Amino acid sequence: MSGALAALGLCGYIAASCLLAYFFPQSALAFLAVQASLLLLYYVAAPRNVKVFLGAMLLLVLLPALGWMNGYYLEVAIQIGIYVALALGLNIVVGFVGLLNLGFVAFYAIGAYLWAIFGSPQANQFIPGGFFPLSANWFFLFLLLSIAVGALTGILLGLPVLRLRGDYLAIVTLGFAEVVRALVNNLDKPINLTNGPRGISPITKPPLFFEPLLEFAGLHIPSAKLYPLYFYFLVLFIVGVIILATQRLENSRIGRAWKAIREDETAAAAMGVPVVRMKLLGFAVGTSFASAVGVLFAAKQVFINPESFTFMESIGVLAMVILGGMGSIPGAILGAAGVTILNLQLLKGLSLWLNGLRQSGTELAIPLVGTFSLSQLPAQFEPAKYERMIFGLILIVMMIFRPQGVLPPEQERKK
Amino acid sequence: MALLELRGVSKRFGGLQALASVSLDLDDGMIASLIGPNGAGKTTLFNTLTGLYRPDEGEILFQERSLVGLKPERITAAGISRTFQNIRLFSHMTVLENVLVGMHARLQTSLPAILLDSSAFRSQEKVARSRAMELIELTGLSERASEWAQQLSYGDQRRLEIARALAAAPQLLLLDEPTAGMNTSEARSLMTLFQKLIGKYVKAILLIEHNMRVVMGISDRVHVLDYGEKIAEGHPDEVRRDVRVIEAYLGQGSWTHYAKS
Repeated sequence: MSGALAALGLCGYIAASCLLAYFFPQSALAFLAVQASLLLLYYVAAPRNVKVFLGAMLLLVLLPALGWMNGYYLEVAIQIGIYVALALGLNIVVGFVGLLNLGFVAFYAIGAYLWAIFGSPQANQFIPGGFFPLSANWFFLFLLLSIAVGALTGILLGLPVLRLRGDYLAIVTLGFAEVVRALVNNLDKPINLTNGPRGISPITKPPLFFEPLLEFAGLHIPSAKLYPLYFYFLVLFIVGVIILATQRLENSRIGRAWKAIREDETAAAAMGVPVVRMKLLGFAVGTSFASAVGVLFAAKQVFINPESFTFMESIGVLAMVILGGMGSIPGAILGAAGVTILNLQLLKGLSLWLNGLRQSGTELAIPLVGTFSLSQLPAQFEPAKYERMIFGLILIVMMIFRPQGVLPPEQERKK
Repeated sequence: MALLELRGVSKRFGGLQALASVSLDLDDGMIASLIGPNGAGKTTLFNTLTGLYRPDEGEILFQERSLVGLKPERITAAGISRTFQNIRLFSHMTVLENVLVGMHARLQTSLPAILLDSSAFRSQEKVARSRAMELIELTGLSERASEWAQQLSYGDQRRLEIARALAAAPQLLLLDEPTAGMNTSEARSLMTLFQKLIGKYVKAILLIEHNMRVVMGISDRVHVLDYGEKIAEGHPDEVRRDVRVIEAYLGQGSWTHYAKS
């Protein structure tokens, strides 16, 4: 009975929030309400099939429909998806295996540059014959290839450094990320591999293999509208695969071995866990996720340069994992979504709102002090610029009051 | 034929001779105890046996195969598993998961099988889980199977260590002070458990123990270490009367006191 009631409430909430987002396309808050419905779905105790149905409706129908009206929604959703995938990958390394990796973004960069170089005229610089850019059809092959390349670089880095523990490992991974960035930045001579700081463009987008189907259905969608939707579903698919893979691994001998290593390496070895092999595997799985999303990122951005792969980016992804709750899949997803929404949506929205007030010259009446015209608000006061500061404050508050993260791993519920 | 044979095993840490040419035999079906004062080298012997340390000299034969130089996980796979003196459970994993980790070497599912959720993987998981539950029941932890290891009481944590060690399906079980911190009745119930294990779950048990009631109660053979040297070996009753053993525990000259009393 209460389950049916909860399901009804959920439906009502989702309908209301979608209507809000539809009628107030400029409002960051209305869209936030839509996003929050996914969180509600996770928490509310409704029958499982109802939850799955509503979640699918939201992700497969309602969100794309809203995004059709307002491309910004899709942009935010795609960014969230990319960060969710990165956070899930890092969660395996940091949350499951317990290896602090401060250079995760390096593997993201490797994936991105893999497709950027061969999916653009860039490769003509060092491979004669004018074969490049490769046609869009190669995209999916490169997506698969990037998994292998990511795993391989992960293992290559892992082999020498996994003997190190804790802080030492963190420093080496940090250094590795800087090496990758420096290489990408400087490999424009003697042979121009990466085009250095100028970056690479244009990068080929994924193939529109479903175009004949659309034409058959008589739909003519301009590519400016089609591509965001396409990327949205592509990201959704990749994130879905990653979540499924992570879940299965977590509940297998491999996932248990990872967590055992995190808890007590010596005891794990004594229980028959091949510590080095399992660590390498964890590293490889995490990095292959990152590099696969890198390919997608490059294709989406059309232009990439080393600026997208700075140390702060690594820290950002790590913060998502920590905020959400290390070692927890829902935690990593929530952390990534929360931080991305905060950066891309809330702070920007707040800045826009303040700017509006500033320009309209609204006056605030403050008791005892008098009136204060908001047009006098200094131009530097723009929340979007304080992203890092606000972010830092949130992290500090979290570490004091809930160091295990918002959704820490739970014990199995009793049956 | 001996299940385990140690021939002149030595281990030095800098100037400290932790083990000095220790030899020891352990036969099938036996419960043997390793006793000695603190710092005598008992745990060092366990660490050397399980591959955490590499002996400087000597030979370790398990079922006539040398274990020297093998990695810990190889030794576990060969059939020796252990518990730790200072409990080393996987605190943020459930009781069930802890036991399942012990089975790691016995489970052989490949990465693709796991990712594709193959039926072979599923059925193996199911078998592993039911076997784990059996061991959990054996050690009396059924009620707590889904709780985190860190939430267990001290005695239960010790029991979980034993269940986890048994999960590796060992032939030889090494127990490092299994009854430490337990009261008499808890210790007694563990003793019955150990006797139940022999033959059915393991071929032999070697335990380090300070509780003499346990040692004398269940050991078929007692080995005494002092300053890394084996000073005595034999039936519990013989060892109890051994002059060197009493001196090692109580100091020189105490033999006369003991004899008078």
